Amino acid sequence: MAVIDVSDLRKSYGSTRAVDGVSFSVESGEFFGILGPNGAGKTTTLEIIEGLREPDGGEARLFGISSWPRQARLLPRIGVQLQASSFFERLTAGEQLSTFAALYGVPDSRVGEMLELVGLRDRADIQTEKLSGGQMQRLSIACSLVHDPELVFLDEPSAGLDPQARRNLWDLLRSINADGRTVVLTTHYLDEAEILCDRVAIMDHGRILAAETPTAFIRGLDAPTHISVEPGVVTADNATDVPGVDEVTDDGDRLTLATREPAQVLTALAERNALDGLAVRGATLEDVFLDLTGREYRA
Amino acid sequence: MKATWTLAVAMWRGFIREKMGVFWIIVFPLMFLVLFGGIFNDSSQSKSELLEIDDVALIDDLPDAARAHFDDAFDVEQTDDAEDAIRQVRDGDVDAAVEQDGDRLVLHYSAADMTTAATVQGLFGSFVDGANVAATDQPPAYQLETQQVEDESLDVIQYLTPGLLGWAVAMNATFGAALTLVQWRTTKLLRRLRLAPVSTQSIVSARIVVTVAIALVQLAIFVAIGTAAFGLELVGSWWMTPPLLLCGTLAFMAIGLLAGAISKTAEAASGFANFIVLPMAFLSGTFFPLDQTPEWIQHLSLAFPLRYLNEGMLDVMVRGQGPSAALAPMAVMLGFAAVIGLIATRFFRWEAD
Repeated sequence: MAVIDVSDLRKSYGSTRAVDGVSFSVESGEFFGILGPNGAGKTTTLEIIEGLREPDGGEARLFGISSWPRQARLLPRIGVQLQASSFFERLTAGEQLSTFAALYGVPDSRVGEMLELVGLRDRADIQTEKLSGGQMQRLSIACSLVHDPELVFLDEPSAGLDPQARRNLWDLLRSINADGRTVVLTTHYLDEAEILCDRVAIMDHGRILAAETPTAFIRGLDAPTHISVEPGVVTADNATDVPGVDEVTDDGDRLTLATREPAQVLTALAERNALDGLAVRGATLEDVFLDLTGREYRA
Repeated sequence: MKATWTLAVAMWRGFIREKMGVFWIIVFPLMFLVLFGGIFNDSSQSKSELLEIDDVALIDDLPDAARAHFDDAFDVEQTDDAEDAIRQVRDGDVDAAVEQDGDRLVLHYSAADMTTAATVQGLFGSFVDGANVAATDQPPAYQLETQQVEDESLDVIQYLTPGLLGWAVAMNATFGAALTLVQWRTTKLLRRLRLAPVSTQSIVSARIVVTVAIALVQLAIFVAIGTAAFGLELVGSWWMTPPLLLCGTLAFMAIGLLAGAISKTAEAASGFANFIVLPMAFLSGTFFPLDQTPEWIQHLSLAFPLRYLNEGMLDVMVRGQGPSAALAPMAVMLGFAAVIGLIATRFFRWEAD
């Protein structure tokens, strides 16, 4: 059974169509990502699904129940992580969790488990305002999980985090999904969507352009592989002569060969002993986005 | 019910952990109490300073009752250096100096301060007259008795305490409601709560519980300091004060909710709340008694809930009135709360945009 069933959602603000006919469904246990640049309509879509906004048209159903108007019986089954600032003022990390646990009517013993899960046990007595950005982010996820929801919404959870904190967060998100929860994530980071999500919907200008697994997206793209080496090990002219090379670019720093037959080109380069500083980059979701929208991805 | 209590505990902790907030809500109005209490209590018993050169029999031989009156009016110091005494009067260090030469009394005064000079001369003259009458062994033909028109118990501190307390409660309730609403909307905590199984009533009730608790703390501190330091005396049905504070809190919270509902930022909300609370405090008898103000102010004050809270508290705390004196003000404040609260819900928004 589909946990989320969205059909033809529409929402306009003035003359701007923030959400312009969005339909998709998410299966139980899936890690589903909505990817798109800022202003694509991801957050509005999520807010309508969560039951925070009334759609102008269409409907979002969670567990078969329409999410608008606000349904009290749906609320204990879903967990929503908002921005990292959505806390009670001047409470400690432990007190924030206790407060939410009490509001959802779950025993206080969950607080310790949650702190453990997000790695904040030693920060339990620290006021939220004094936590780092990554710690606040993890605490806000813990607050959204305290009542053990079946479905979790995360809105740009890694925004503003340093690379180390992002990786910690990704581990946490994977473990949440591995516990059997359905997770819906919006992000404007391509790498995040590619690494975490079972399925990604690419969104721009209020529409979903396509929804696929990241590998299916990339495989279907038939995009060239980029092989780059240090400049000087082979000249641009020589490189063009290598069989299978479609295009050569030299930016002074690296010489890059685009090819659809990487095995053949790599062999040829090896024969010429021209593999110094070798780097091979396959197509990414960035190429998929470029292909779908005809423009560079700008987050 | 449990949700209300949970939220109230969270709000209470947030309140007491912000030292600046506690200062503005509790210590700041208290400073006015100490300041005004100090100023007015001193000025009511200011005495004239008098130097007694050598022995002045008139003063020393006053009968006990007259001597007590004399000491109420004058601070007497003894000296035997006449020249130095006159120099002190000239320099304004003392108000006057007196010497006696047989039956003749000489009062040295300075023309530099005519008011003081007239007061000292008048006062001293009356004691001399009194002594003259006493010397004839005849009962005085006339007696003067003075009487204050206000209730004698209505000292400065008696009307200051309820007034300033009302102002403190109004500030706390208005700002508390306005800032909680705006901040929770800005941080999206309000949205977070909407996604939890929590009703709007629980959120509002929690804020009422916390605000009333703070008002009771304010009441306790004001009465304690007023009684201990400035001789405040509670007379009448003062136990009606908590119910009065409850109704007042509801009215001011409604104003705060309106301020929070129509303001986008905390700065705007606090400006709006100030715009209402400060003039309201001035026009409702917080800093001076209303009966000393022009009539139009007294009419205008009827538009502010604080006036009713102040009047109600004056009646039951210091004017010795019975519990029924609090009922009419309570009803009016509940009316304010209902009307303004209804307007506030019209403007209420869950989300910042």
